Amino acid sequence: MSMANFTVPTVNNAASNANDLIEKVTVQNLDFFYGDNRALKNINVSLYHGKVTAFIGPSGCGKSTLLRILNRMYDLYPNQRATGTVRLDNDNILSPSQDLNLLRAKVGMVFQKPTPFPMTIYENIAFGIRLYENLPKSELDGRVQQALQRAALWEEVKDKLGANGLSLSGGQQQRLCIARTVAVRPEVILFDEPCSALDPISTAKIEELIDELKEDYTIAIVTHNMQQAARVSDFTAFMYLGELVEYGDTTRMFTTPSDRRTQDYITGRFG
Amino acid sequence: MAIMISGASSPLYATRRRKNVITMALAYAATGFGLSWLALILGVLFYEGFSGLSLRVFTEMTPPPGSAGGLLNPIIGSLVMTFLAVLIGTPLGILAGTYLAEYGRYDKLSSVVRFINDILLSAPSIVIGLFIYEIMVAQMGHFSGWAGSVALAVIVVPVVVRTTEDMLTLVPDTLREAAASVGLPRSLMITKVAYRAARAGMITGVLLAIARISGETAPLLFTALNNQFWTNNMNAPVSSLPVVIFQFALSPYKDWQDLAWTGALIITLAVLALSITARFLGSQSKKS
Repeated sequence: MSMANFTVPTVNNAASNANDLIEKVTVQNLDFFYGDNRALKNINVSLYHGKVTAFIGPSGCGKSTLLRILNRMYDLYPNQRATGTVRLDNDNILSPSQDLNLLRAKVGMVFQKPTPFPMTIYENIAFGIRLYENLPKSELDGRVQQALQRAALWEEVKDKLGANGLSLSGGQQQRLCIARTVAVRPEVILFDEPCSALDPISTAKIEELIDELKEDYTIAIVTHNMQQAARVSDFTAFMYLGELVEYGDTTRMFTTPSDRRTQDYITGRFG
Repeated sequence: MAIMISGASSPLYATRRRKNVITMALAYAATGFGLSWLALILGVLFYEGFSGLSLRVFTEMTPPPGSAGGLLNPIIGSLVMTFLAVLIGTPLGILAGTYLAEYGRYDKLSSVVRFINDILLSAPSIVIGLFIYEIMVAQMGHFSGWAGSVALAVIVVPVVVRTTEDMLTLVPDTLREAAASVGLPRSLMITKVAYRAARAGMITGVLLAIARISGETAPLLFTALNNQFWTNNMNAPVSSLPVVIFQFALSPYKDWQDLAWTGALIITLAVLALSITARFLGSQSKKS
């Protein structure tokens, strides 16, 4: 019960158990404000290429807020601001000169609720590709197929690419959204509770997909489901009341957490 | 159980039941009263107008009193002026509605614009007619079809602004975020995603605006006035159905009065068709 023994500095701990990790996203001294309300307090965390990092914690702890900083989604709304630094490779994406559209093409996002565009399945995918690349039809077709295959949706939709994206089931819609994100060829993919609106079978499919995708991307996932975090992630960050309480290797986090609050949360004592 | 039964037979409960019956009876009576007038109006309109409905109505000009004729020039005049009014008013309305719902959603200015638009929405149309008379007819020195179209456009704009804003506001923010998340710039997010999601509602708004202006008489009396003859010249007075109905219905001539009934029936049927289309589109948009 005396978890207080584990007082290893958490960030060092994560870095120490693998030397060949490539830091893709580095968050340093990050604070976030909704108006005057400080929602994130001095966050320091890294995302690694080829790894899945899960953010867990009770509702309102700031995990989605953190995710939405990584592609500056908060910029769509007034009175929200972030201070500190968030590096993508070597660029500080919080800098005012950052081109938001290019950033979001590099840092894709999949949302809680499936959000297909109100257009055909084909157009849902092709739309994003056309924004940044001018491809002949045959090549575009290939890219659409690739993306749908990548999202394990191709077999189910290949005969109805002209159907409306909204006609698919919830789980299929979510995989369509993943395909749409992958099609733009991002480097980082953010999943904001991607399975919370899905049934267990669809959830399993998405988790499998995340596992396949991680080879090529840097992945962050916010989830309410601790089993899910344990299943899909390599690193886990536990957040509580706007603070990053603990961060480290997923297996260690779920077996021997060093902070009392992490321990209480993962054993279901609160949250 | 015993408590409930004694409660059900208590004087308090009996009073409540009586009140319920009375309120319901009043509501039914009020509905019946309102509907019976509507039925009466439509009944008389069909009875008086239907007999005059013939091919001649759509092929001949308005006649001088005492001879036969049709309503071709006012029908065409109404169609052309309505078309021009929609052509002028729709882009303005959609762009302003887009400003309110998208670009200016959090601006202080947008609440001012919204307030002014609501005033314009309920402004008496005769005021709009007088306004256009003052700035166009008086300046140009004569009544014209252009002035009539502009007056109608002024009525179209606030309707379209309102429906565009409402429909765009209904588009969930998650869809906007999804569009942003693949790197779509704001302008494309609005035109390719938000407009598409709100399309049916926005078209409904335009149809309702057309329905609204197709019966307007007051603004046309001060602007397009009327024309006994066919004209292709929008710079001259142009005939329209509402104004012809107004003029013919007040005349002492039986054949003019009959034509007025027929004209009224044509407008009513046209507006009915528009409303049904709008409703159909509205229900389609709810489904998707």
